[in-house]
Amino acid sequence: MALLEAEEIRHCFGGLVALDRVSFEVNAGQIKAIIGPNGAGKTTLFNIVCGLIQPTSGQVRLDGKMLTGLKPFQVAALGVSRTFQNVSLFQHMTVIENVMIGRHIHAQHGFAGCALRLPGQRREERSMTDAAFAGLKELGLADKASSLAGSLSFGQRRLVELARALATEPRLLLLDEPASGLNTKETDDLAANIQHIRDRGVTLLLVEHDMSLVMDVADEILALHFGVPIADGPAAQVQNDPKVIAVYLGEKRDVASG
Amino acid sequence: MLQTLQYFLSGITIGSVYAVVAIGFNLIYSATGVLNFAQGEFVMLGGMVAITLSQFLPLPLAVAGAVVVVALGGCALEFLVFRRLRSHSVMHMVIVTMGLSIVIQEATLHVWDEKVRSLPYFSGNEISSVKLFGAALSPQVCWVLGTVAVVVVLLQLFYKRTLCGRAMRACSSNAEAAMLAGINIGGMRTLAFGLSAGLGALAGCVISPMSMTHYEMGPGLAIKGFAAAILGGLGNPMAAVFGGLAVGLLEAFSVSLLPAAFKDVTAFAVILVMLFLRPHGLFGEGSTGAVREV
Amino acid sequence: MKPGAWLQLSLFVAVLVGLQLCLGAIGKTYYLTQLTMAVYYAIVVMGLSLVMGYAGQVSLGHGAFFAMGGYVSAFLTTHDFAALKGVAWARLLEQCGVFVTRKSLYDTSDLLTVAPWAAFLAAMLVVVVVAVVIGYPALRLKGHYLAMATLGFGLIVYCLLLGTPLLGAADGITGVPPWRLGFGLTVSGKSAVRVQNYYLAWAVALGVLVLLGNLLNSRAGRALRAIHDSETAANAMGLNTARIKLQAFVASAVLAAVAGSLLTHYNEGIGPSESSALKSVRYVALVAAGGMANVRGALVVSTVLVFLSLRGWFGTYDNAVFGIILIAIVSLAPEGPFRPMGHWLRRVFRPASAGREAGHGAA
Repeated sequence: MALLEAEEIRHCFGGLVALDRVSFEVNAGQIKAIIGPNGAGKTTLFNIVCGLIQPTSGQVRLDGKMLTGLKPFQVAALGVSRTFQNVSLFQHMTVIENVMIGRHIHAQHGFAGCALRLPGQRREERSMTDAAFAGLKELGLADKASSLAGSLSFGQRRLVELARALATEPRLLLLDEPASGLNTKETDDLAANIQHIRDRGVTLLLVEHDMSLVMDVADEILALHFGVPIADGPAAQVQNDPKVIAVYLGEKRDVASG
Repeated sequence: MLQTLQYFLSGITIGSVYAVVAIGFNLIYSATGVLNFAQGEFVMLGGMVAITLSQFLPLPLAVAGAVVVVALGGCALEFLVFRRLRSHSVMHMVIVTMGLSIVIQEATLHVWDEKVRSLPYFSGNEISSVKLFGAALSPQVCWVLGTVAVVVVLLQLFYKRTLCGRAMRACSSNAEAAMLAGINIGGMRTLAFGLSAGLGALAGCVISPMSMTHYEMGPGLAIKGFAAAILGGLGNPMAAVFGGLAVGLLEAFSVSLLPAAFKDVTAFAVILVMLFLRPHGLFGEGSTGAVREV
Repeated sequence: MKPGAWLQLSLFVAVLVGLQLCLGAIGKTYYLTQLTMAVYYAIVVMGLSLVMGYAGQVSLGHGAFFAMGGYVSAFLTTHDFAALKGVAWARLLEQCGVFVTRKSLYDTSDLLTVAPWAAFLAAMLVVVVVAVVIGYPALRLKGHYLAMATLGFGLIVYCLLLGTPLLGAADGITGVPPWRLGFGLTVSGKSAVRVQNYYLAWAVALGVLVLLGNLLNSRAGRALRAIHDSETAANAMGLNTARIKLQAFVASAVLAAVAGSLLTHYNEGIGPSESSALKSVRYVALVAAGGMANVRGALVVSTVLVFLSLRGWFGTYDNAVFGIILIAIVSLAPEGPFRPMGHWLRRVFRPASAGREAGHGAA
């Protein structure tokens, strides 16, 4: 049974067709990667899945429930969390507060309860803090808990963002270029983290440029080229697909000659 | 019928002033991204300076002098305040222009005083009138309408035909690209402020004989000018003319239906209704991304 | 609140008591009147800093909420509902204590008016409804548009108050009765209860301070701060950003109305100028002067500045002072005056590390 189903997604920015006839599935417990050259529409597809933009036509379903038409926060409440390509932390908040935002949907107390510090609210606050701290510990960030998010290194910020996304206890986690800006060591750690997250039962969908990371972790790959899927299937098969090779070799040749 | 025509004429007259304020808003907004809450103060200052100059200069020279002085003041504002801001967040911009509006009003209060003044009628006097289809029309109305029409046409020519006008349009559509093309962005912004201030001052002079000049008149004009700008769609100077006339007419006709004290309420209600239903303006594209949050 | 915060609060209360005793000792107890008023205005500013400093939204309509709180209280407690005498539901309300009969201030006739506590509740209700109706669409708009929408709203309220004879038009409403709270406490400007009211106002203000402090250090306040930093990311983490912003807006409107209602009883009246754009802009200036996202700063700075303004220290430059504050804060210290001041103090006392500290502050 597929956890995420995208059906005939089409998206136009003005006259420009960014995505066309994109259909794919992500099975529960799977790690799926979306690859493709720059401008292939990968991030747009991500934004459509998490509700940040609405597709011109087509629909996305999570476990049979329609996601298309929902606001991002509603999609998040259904169990879809994400990280951003350029890392979007809450800069003026501490690391642990950032992760606690991820716990927000698992708590209830609103303005009145918080202002009055009702006993239930205090308990809830403590459990949010504990859960957030545990999440940080798991990623090796326990000692940074009370630093300001804006003061961390780029690699650490990526990790905090991952901890924040995991704190929502997602069923599906979307990672937008999680390895960009990371050094080799950090990328290796990331691969281990991704495997570990999958072992906890979270399904992952990632957009990635780093092919070695993709081949390391992905079970399945969807290749996009100018907004159209050119290959979709098990990683080994897509890797040897002549069309994918053409697109990538073409790109590599450009790189070599440039 | 005659009554209706009278209302129509007064609506068009005051509406054309709102249109000039709205154009001023647009000029600055598209060149700098600042919504200048002190826009009405330019109109007020124009009237004030012209009144003072007219005491020892012939009227046309006094008006011209006022326009130049206020335009230079507008340039100075951009150069001395906006260019030096460290934070460009919308909240800070709003706060600065608000502050300027108050400071200019208070400065006016201390330089002049709280008295209501006016320029003499450009031709004829309070009681002379031109008959138009039976309705009495003050010659000053012709001056207002004529001036606004000329300003609109000249501005259009400036934008479309002159190198400088084209450069300014380039700045508003893509500042970075314009800079790469060798356009002096800072200069364009200063010019936009100057132009906007000068236009406001001119409007302030032509309406002074009829609607008087008072140090507190600015904010009211600014908010109605904004209503006009938003009705036409912000960033679209020519649609602002339509917006201004529409707000003026609405205001004029509302007097016949509502108590006079509620006259201003209509203009403000227009803002709220427009902002809530069609924030991109009556003619704007349907995309709300620029004005609405996700 | 943490133990350290309780200690700070106790120290602050000690300062307030000391201030009152000093003023009593030098025979200037009448200063307490303006101080009390300033504290009520500071409550509006604290509420506004919740919206501006933490949720990152500009509201130029808070004067209107203040005025609405005051006017509803004033109207209901002064209007003679004699016409309703004998109507069944009015009699029921009279038995519940909502309607009270009191002597007119001017002649010997009896007035049937609403009790201050009921008027207060009605004011809160009205303000909540209006804040939701205005805030729901307005908070979906970005920056400039939101500022204009709230300014337009404020001006509509101003025009309506000015043009409605039932609400006293330009004169406003006078003769608002004192509000007897029980336990011997009365909200009133009479000199006999001046000291009592000074402490009462501070109690309300410090109560608001504690509540806001609690709020900001918990789930709801974290959500607000997150929205200020990155609305997109907050939304993607499951925060209903539009709703949270609306809640903050309504909460701060209610605080403005609380202050408006109490100050109206204290001043025994209210005028339309309370909802003028100038008043709303003044609140914005005070939020900026207090350091935007700094509730304590807002309380202290606005109490001091409003007190000086009410005492007439700024003379004919009263409005100009607030205009200059707006410009100066934003162009010189957009993050508020306290942080740069702290850097400056550190530079004075520890010259070696000065350059680096300042660099971090600006970043």
